[in-house]
Amino acid sequence: MSMDSLITVENLYRYYGELCAVHDLCFEVRRGEVIGFLGPNGAGKSTTMRIIGGNLAPSAGRVLINGIDILDRPTEAKAELGYLPESPPLYRDLTVDEFLTYCARINRIPRPQMRAAIDSAKERCGLTEVGRRLIVNLSKGYQQRVGIAQAIIHSPSVVLLDEPTVGLDPIQIREIRSLIRDVANEHSVVLSTHILPEVQSVCDRVQIINRGRLVLNESIEQMREKLQATTLLVALRSMPLINELESISGVQGVESLDDGRVRISYATDDDPSDAIVEQAVANGWGLHELIPERETLEQVFVDITSSDAHAHVEAESEGAVA
Amino acid sequence: MIFAIAGRELRSLFLSPLAWSILAVVQLILAYMYLAQIDLFMQLQPRLPMLPSAPGITEIVAVPLLGNAAMILLLVVPLITMRLISDERRNQTLSLLFAAPISMSAIVVGKFVGVMTFLLIMLLMILMMPLALLLGGSLDFGVLAAASLGLFLLLASFAAVGLFMSSLTAQPTIAAVSSFGVLLLLWILDWAGNNVGVEAGQGNDVLAYLSILRHYEALLKGVFNSADVVYYLLFIAVFLVLSIRRLDAERTQQ
Repeated sequence: MSMDSLITVENLYRYYGELCAVHDLCFEVRRGEVIGFLGPNGAGKSTTMRIIGGNLAPSAGRVLINGIDILDRPTEAKAELGYLPESPPLYRDLTVDEFLTYCARINRIPRPQMRAAIDSAKERCGLTEVGRRLIVNLSKGYQQRVGIAQAIIHSPSVVLLDEPTVGLDPIQIREIRSLIRDVANEHSVVLSTHILPEVQSVCDRVQIINRGRLVLNESIEQMREKLQATTLLVALRSMPLINELESISGVQGVESLDDGRVRISYATDDDPSDAIVEQAVANGWGLHELIPERETLEQVFVDITSSDAHAHVEAESEGAVA
Repeated sequence: MIFAIAGRELRSLFLSPLAWSILAVVQLILAYMYLAQIDLFMQLQPRLPMLPSAPGITEIVAVPLLGNAAMILLLVVPLITMRLISDERRNQTLSLLFAAPISMSAIVVGKFVGVMTFLLIMLLMILMMPLALLLGGSLDFGVLAAASLGLFLLLASFAAVGLFMSSLTAQPTIAAVSSFGVLLLLWILDWAGNNVGVEAGQGNDVLAYLSILRHYEALLKGVFNSADVVYYLLFIAVFLVLSIRRLDAERTQQ
């Protein structure tokens, strides 16, 4: 455990009756980091978030916030924590100002600093205009902002956001994302989501969880390297023989597709695009399409989660046979 | 911390029409009873000087009024307490409190203080009626103080039961019905004690002693017995601790 780790999750288990929602989860969140917590629905994201947020007790394992055990000394640990649950906890019959004042008070912000804290939270979340309106009358996007304002009002070192963009329209999603990026400048953020572009646009590190287990934990740079292209899609008007293409230097394999195009695979450090273009021009093949096929985070996600599900099904059927 | 929660609770109560209508209805019904009691006093007045140790206006008007108020508030308090925790659970705002750096006991005590402030306002409004008699006469303040203390403790006990029942469910109506049931049962425990107590002995004495009404009656008569006060304080403490335990268990459930 490094000095700088704000959240340390150690061997976390959570059972709902027989069902194991979180299985032996271990990870760390360092200062200033934005972590994307990815997983299909029902993977255990929200359960983990609720445990870290102090809303749910783990069946086994420990959660340390800034080195403080959340079960042993909950009030101290929670002072460092801002939490926005899946459905924002808003008192709908209060105005935005009243609600934020209440949040400031229950988060133990001293009275002299209260005004400033509320104003800065409102400004950062773009709520200055709606301070006197009732929460019930706000649009869902604004309600979500009030939820985020509530989570950052006491400037905690970690902010947990559980699916903050669910149910918003595309414009609101963009606004909330830029708000999250803004929040990330000052706080560590754990962002749970099942929307992949969100992770790619906001996060420093990706953690994929599936069936309660952590199946991937990598920084965005590592992911980018992984996601480098290794195939090209090529469309030619007059198709040459396959072995003519294979003879181009760098080409490892050629596969012709049903729509008349070919997929050319190559080694990562030896891109044959230039050679293909030269050959095509020289031989008059009529090249009109050349697309590098990039593996997306989505494919990685689908591969990991579905192969895992597959393995799980196989393991179960083996068990049945035995 | 406690006052932040209490303040919000009180605010939410007054933001809903429920609190206002309850205040109005209770005041109306008790005012009618008060006037009827004054009527009775006017009839009795000529004969009172002839009686040895005759009851005064406090005994004839104020004490029965507070006695009746207890009965009416038994019906009303569950309606006020029903939303305390169940509503937060249903609207999923409980997580706001759980994620904040406050202890479960602060949450429960805060809510209790909030609802007690409301009930205190109601109590003061009720006490205005007997105090208005000062315009034309004098009151026995000792009896009145003991009776009001009794009503206050009784209301606090109702609120503690209501709070606990509200912590058990996500449906305010269920909380209201069950706290009403518990309170009524505690009220009538006394009957078993009264009717068969003489022959059956010990067991029923205990039941009678547990009855929430028995202790109130003593205070109404102006008898200040610390045992009665301690009974109410223990009663309140037990239900508050049960509510705290219930909220703690919320995190470990399923």
